[in-house]
Amino acid sequence: MDIAGINLVTLIASLMVAAVPILLAAIGELVVEKSGVLNLGVEGMMIMGAIGGFMVAVATGSPLMGFIGGAIGGAVLSLFFAVLTLGFLANQVATGLALTMFGLGLSSLMGQGYNGVKPPPTGALFGPLGDIPVIGPILLGHDWMVYFSILIVAVVWWVLRYTRTGLIIRAVGESHDAAHALGYNVARIRLLCIMFGGAMAGLGGAYVSLVRVPQWVDGITAGAGWIALAIVVFASWKPWRVLLGAYLFGGITVLQLRLQAAGSSIPVEYLSMAPYLITILVLVIMSSGRSKAALNAPAALGQNFHASR
Amino acid sequence: MSSPSLCLELTGITKRFPGVLANDNVGFSVRPGEVHALLGENGAGKSTLVKMIYGLVRPDSGQMRFNGAAYTPARPSDARTAGVAMVFQHFSLFEALNVAENVALGMENPPPLRELAARIRAVSEEYGLPLDPARMVGDLSAGERQRVEIIRCLLQDPKLLIMDEPTSVLTPQEVEILFRTLRQLSAEGTAILYISHKLDEIRSLCDGATILRRGKVVATCVPKEKTSRELAEMMVGATLNPPERRPGEKGEVVLGVTDLSVASPIPFGTSLKEVTFTVARGEVLGIAGVAGNGQDELLLALSGELRVAPDKLRIKGHAAGDLGPNERRRTGLVAAPEDRYGHAAAPDMTLVENAFLTGAIRKGLTRHGFIDWAGAKAYAEQVIRDYDVRTPGSYVAARALSGGNLQKFLIGRELDQSPEIIVINQPTWGVDAAAAAAIRQAILNRAAEGAGVVVISQDLDELLEISDSFAVLNAGRLTKPRPVEGLTIDQIGLMMGGAHGMEVAHHGH
Repeated sequence: MDIAGINLVTLIASLMVAAVPILLAAIGELVVEKSGVLNLGVEGMMIMGAIGGFMVAVATGSPLMGFIGGAIGGAVLSLFFAVLTLGFLANQVATGLALTMFGLGLSSLMGQGYNGVKPPPTGALFGPLGDIPVIGPILLGHDWMVYFSILIVAVVWWVLRYTRTGLIIRAVGESHDAAHALGYNVARIRLLCIMFGGAMAGLGGAYVSLVRVPQWVDGITAGAGWIALAIVVFASWKPWRVLLGAYLFGGITVLQLRLQAAGSSIPVEYLSMAPYLITILVLVIMSSGRSKAALNAPAALGQNFHASR
Repeated sequence: MSSPSLCLELTGITKRFPGVLANDNVGFSVRPGEVHALLGENGAGKSTLVKMIYGLVRPDSGQMRFNGAAYTPARPSDARTAGVAMVFQHFSLFEALNVAENVALGMENPPPLRELAARIRAVSEEYGLPLDPARMVGDLSAGERQRVEIIRCLLQDPKLLIMDEPTSVLTPQEVEILFRTLRQLSAEGTAILYISHKLDEIRSLCDGATILRRGKVVATCVPKEKTSRELAEMMVGATLNPPERRPGEKGEVVLGVTDLSVASPIPFGTSLKEVTFTVARGEVLGIAGVAGNGQDELLLALSGELRVAPDKLRIKGHAAGDLGPNERRRTGLVAAPEDRYGHAAAPDMTLVENAFLTGAIRKGLTRHGFIDWAGAKAYAEQVIRDYDVRTPGSYVAARALSGGNLQKFLIGRELDQSPEIIVINQPTWGVDAAAAAAIRQAILNRAAEGAGVVVISQDLDELLEISDSFAVLNAGRLTKPRPVEGLTIDQIGLMMGGAHGMEVAHHGH
């Protein structure tokens, strides 16, 4: 199963791993945006998760504790965003951008002593089962975070679509005034969604520093948060499309690396820009043309809510 | 113990907001099965009062009793649990959700959606309000949306139903269906608290009325025993004069629209289809129709926010379809859209800034590309004076004015620019009787001075009062304008065609 010197099985197996950080960050942001909040600080929350998770994992020697630490790191940073936008009604776009800058700077400061340190390894969940040909590497050979990220997509889809909690989140994102008039606490619902988004972004960041790289360098997330934001929009706020978008991006990232390694004649610059370009192109095509998809944006997205009398 | 024969009893309710005493020692009571009207001008404190009954606002002092027991709802869910339901003035609906989901959001313990859909069907049949639970609310007409709200209330077996301006967006036929439902509910023992500016409706529907003025109860009466004029005068505390018509000569045509078809830029909007009409100097053309039939789109196309082919729209004989709003203002056309907060006005900007925004061109409020602040301020103050806008000054943000006062300012801002063509959508929506009369009079005065006027409104009485000719916008199509003289309400109802599929559902007896 080799095409142009690239093994298809290992390609699929590694794209699933490459997609995890973006997938987690995007699914978190999807919930945030569904509740009507536009948090552009995904990149900042991811990198706080990356350093937070790295520090905890190194200190405790447990990757699990590291991931929990990463989630908490992202959630704590998102709390700043929540206080500013929900409490003080600050502009969401500006606050989100500031959050990214703040996260990048703070993580760099916190990571001072960690350059060159090795984090504890995160092993495959099913151990030797991963050695079964073809299905082994693709379905059974991954660490638990890969399965967890897919599970989270399923759970978010199910909650948004079938539960009352999901209905309330969608309602708040659709019209905060109407939701308030019916007696729902708009600020509290949005606060919880923002923190969920922060935790997911943090988890994604921790996966970068603990599994993908795995070590600490400044700016380790390298723009993954921005791609996650774009994926949410072009996926028309639909969880399974977010999965598709993340895998597409992950796939092309892996593919272009392999092509570079295989000594492809295409210049490296084009290959490195390909994941960004192709992901956005495909998702734009998917979300265009059908008015329904364009209308799927939460109507109150980006608007602050204040309960006037 | 208070008498258990009362459903709701309020005594000494006082609520103060910063700078305003919204309710001052208000007391009244409603019996089970009574339809009780709450009357008052804008800002008289009606909305605050019902919000307190529904648990959205807490009173500073005073007592409420509900079915004989003390009643202090801290949030709407408490009110709903106690048996109070409310239909809001601005619909509390979610356009991108379907009917069943919208209903579920307003209930305390909704059953699973499939079961809920069955119950929605059952209740909607029982009360003659047919409704499909699977439809998207964004696709529904105003009348159907209101049914969603009412059915949401009915599913909870309310003992008290609060209705805040329920008929402002309905056709006459829809109002009749609503009243039949309300009478049926009242016969079953449900008390109804009814807020409306339409005094004729109150006289035909309500058993009792409490009249509020500046937060105080000034009178209680039986509306059937009063004339609409008497009721309005009790609300305002002054004598009212109906608008005066000076029969002016119709001049030459100033605005001509031919075969105007344009796709709607608004999500869930209605495209205009072959709209044709003309307006002459001194003529008021009234355009009726249920909201969502192309009114917003027509205003956009006339104001220039939506551009069309040049010869589809002619101003004073010149092709003007491709001109933008500012160029059209220069030729003498002014437009006032319906949505006060965000379309007609920039809510967070001051009245001076808002006056400048549309007055800049015709009032010459710029000098060498710079804003003439002194001129803008003088213009804003002129409008405030001419139209009796109640505001602490011209420096306050538009948002801070009550709806009626802001509307007076916004209409005045357009009318004071000596326009030759005036386009207004919903001139008196949510405005009290006195202010509405003032706005209508101002429109008529401009027409008498030779302006051609297009008024788009959902208030038929208003259109019949001020229009010379009358047309109906229905699903984006405009009927041929007809002279108002000799038109009956029934003919208009048929023209409106909003009656399609509006028959009361028949159920077996």
